[in-house]
Amino acid sequence: MATNEIRITGLGGQGVILCGYIIGKAASIYSNQHATLTQSFGPEARGSACSAQVVVSDTRVLYPYATSPQVMLAMSNDGYMTHKDTMADECTIVYEKDLVKPEKHGPKVKAYGIPGTRIAEELGHKIVLNIVMLGFLGAVTDLIPKEALRKGVESSVPAGTEELNLKAFDKGYEYGRQLKEKNAVKV
Amino acid sequence: MKADPKNVLTGSHYLDGNHASAEGGIAAGCKFFAGYPITPSTEIAERVSRRFPLIGGVFIQMEDELASMAAILGASWGGVKSMSCTSGPGFSLMMENFGLGIMLETPCVLINVQRGGPSTGLPTLPGQADMMQARWGSHGDYEVIALAPDSPQESFELTIHAFNLSEKYHMPVLVMTDECVGHMTERVVIPPAEEIELVERRYTDKEPGEAWPYEPTEGGVSPFLPVGKGYKFHVTGLTHDYRGYPVINAETQETNVRRLIDKVNNHVDEIIWLEEKDVEGAEIVVMAYGISSRVIQPAITKARKEGIKVGQIKMVTVWPFPEKRVRELAGQVKSLIMVEMNYGQVFLEMDRCAAGKCQTYLVGHAGGTVHNPDDIYKTIKEAVK
Amino acid sequence: MTTKVTEKRMQEREEHPMERLLRMDRIPHIWCPTCGIGTTVTALAVALKQLQLDLNNVAIVSGIGCTGRVAGYTKLDSFHTTHGRAIPFALGLHIARPDLKVIVFSGDGDLVSIGGNHLIHTARRNVDITVICVNNFIYAMTGGQVAPTTPITARSATSPYGNYEHPFNIPLLAASSGAVYVARWTALHVRRLTVAIKEALTKRGFSFVEVIAPCSTLYARLNKLGSGLDLMKFYHDNSVIRHGADPKEVNIDYQSKIAVGKFVDIEKPTYLDCLNNAYKKKFGDKYKPYGGGNGDK
Repeated sequence: MATNEIRITGLGGQGVILCGYIIGKAASIYSNQHATLTQSFGPEARGSACSAQVVVSDTRVLYPYATSPQVMLAMSNDGYMTHKDTMADECTIVYEKDLVKPEKHGPKVKAYGIPGTRIAEELGHKIVLNIVMLGFLGAVTDLIPKEALRKGVESSVPAGTEELNLKAFDKGYEYGRQLKEKNAVKV
Repeated sequence: MKADPKNVLTGSHYLDGNHASAEGGIAAGCKFFAGYPITPSTEIAERVSRRFPLIGGVFIQMEDELASMAAILGASWGGVKSMSCTSGPGFSLMMENFGLGIMLETPCVLINVQRGGPSTGLPTLPGQADMMQARWGSHGDYEVIALAPDSPQESFELTIHAFNLSEKYHMPVLVMTDECVGHMTERVVIPPAEEIELVERRYTDKEPGEAWPYEPTEGGVSPFLPVGKGYKFHVTGLTHDYRGYPVINAETQETNVRRLIDKVNNHVDEIIWLEEKDVEGAEIVVMAYGISSRVIQPAITKARKEGIKVGQIKMVTVWPFPEKRVRELAGQVKSLIMVEMNYGQVFLEMDRCAAGKCQTYLVGHAGGTVHNPDDIYKTIKEAVK
Repeated sequence: MTTKVTEKRMQEREEHPMERLLRMDRIPHIWCPTCGIGTTVTALAVALKQLQLDLNNVAIVSGIGCTGRVAGYTKLDSFHTTHGRAIPFALGLHIARPDLKVIVFSGDGDLVSIGGNHLIHTARRNVDITVICVNNFIYAMTGGQVAPTTPITARSATSPYGNYEHPFNIPLLAASSGAVYVARWTALHVRRLTVAIKEALTKRGFSFVEVIAPCSTLYARLNKLGSGLDLMKFYHDNSVIRHGADPKEVNIDYQSKIAVGKFVDIEKPTYLDCLNNAYKKKFGDKYKPYGGGNGDK
């Protein structure tokens, strides 16, 4: 029984929850896994710390909250700092290079950075940062098949923005694939 | 009767418990929803407000929860399946007309997405501390039916079931979910409409002038009198006789209240829904409902791996309480454990029914988070001693 | 009046003139002699008769209090609900069955105090129901306590030294909240009151009739105003018919002149009109106008 906990963290407005939603949907609707998404948020809608937790499993998820996540996707330094010590000993940290400055980790931690904001800006829409990050996560971890994630993106983003978001996903995925080929950069 | 395909979003969806509850109500044929925004239940109202216009329903955001509950009763008497949802403080306000619904014997569904209390408490975090309020929250003696889903899938299914029970027993039925289930997103499989069985309103076949709203029947529930058909019936929140007329004396009170109690108590075997696992031969049985029945699993698995004979009972219905079953088990097991997100509410019932024949334990806390499986495991270890 | 007397009287007549609207099996009623509620019920009965409405299609909802008992005596589909909640209950009933004429018949304490929030919001939405509010300036059922309508200086069981709170001007409250029809009469003006109820019942939208009614047992006694008949004489001498008066100017002071008449009679789309128009605009032909909760049935 393989169960993986994923913590997505960032700021309100960055699309943290949507990111978690797509991962969960991709797993449970498009790749025959089980996945729960839970979220925590303050009363503020924008700009405050925001975090989502996805638990992905081969069998029914019994405990829907992350206890010691195997994967973190970080889009803000505050979020990273808040959650870094809750991670499993052996874990993967996926972060936005210009927003998050990871500390030195032990040898069991794999960390992958991507200039996600710049890539999103190159696509003309900073707002697709979360989807770039999602593509990147898809490439550097093997939790959920790429095609399932793409379907998750396509069916979850606002109508009319599918093409842009899939492009963002593919950019992030490609960056991750190349990075992984060059091996993980240990920080 | 089967569900109307127009109302049913057949397929696999990735929904949170609140959205799934809304779909359950819609699939059950709910066509009137009156509510007031309150965290963490609001998504139910939001989804209903989006879905209703094209399927012939009316959503109305009322001025408060007092009005919301009153409005769904009015609509139900108008022959339309009706529901509302709320949380915490809103549930307190709704208790007033929940009592009217009980007294007028009005079918409808009320979903309480429980958060931490008392008062404003923890609007964005889960609790299960409204269970006794669900049981006794409105003044007077009466019985209630309350269901507790452990997932978005069950939020969908149990909302439909709640409508069916409400139409069968002519009373408001409670779905006692919580913030965790309400905001947890998971796969929800909505079956084809023809696989959803619905209980429809049963109307009298007597002529106007011959029928009364609360005639004694074997099951304790009289067929409904329709409005606008010349029955010119009267119903009142005052103690009333079979005609629905107020009669203020002890004798009528006895008949009236007994009727409200008996129609549930005489059917507990049909209403009570328990899911038991490994209870045969168990030394310890862990009881829980809603999300708590789900998070006990890792602890039970761990204990069983160590050879501890621990079984579990998930209470899909919390009220009426499975009194008979608990009394039976108390004579067979060493310990009964209740896991709930409060400081011992349904535990009190379990403890009462155990009547000293076995040890009883509560794994409870004040809410704000689901249980840590370790706490449950520790109690199992203690209970086996 | 004892049951025996009533039975005798009923035997004497073949049919009571009010039998069409009253539950004769529930008479005698609980109201005191000279209470104004009975007169108001008569006005409703006559209004319904004159309008020749099919009584099968009329429903009545009351809250709690002396006037709250009206639903129990009217031979209609009738609902005696909780204190203050008659209006939202009626709203639900109306939306479920817009083909029915739904009347709320209740008192000032019920509709304006505990139910005040529902009154203003249901008027705001212009829900197509008729509200008849009997105002006797006091909580009568519970023994004569101060109400949000009690005039300044008037005594009650809980304002024993005279009321010092500003009372509500009910027509202003209803009008400013959005009611499309607002009238006030006293229990003395039976014919005019009947006309007003007829107008209110035929008006599309939230129509509101305030009826100033004597409570001799409590309001008159506590204020030493004499009998019910004295109060009727007072209405006779002090009512001033002021059709079209600005609702701001019809507040009632203690034993002052009482402005009566029709104050508001305007046209405005109802709640369901607005709902249907908005969805029609949004969804076009995909939207089937809502005409009742049972749809095709």
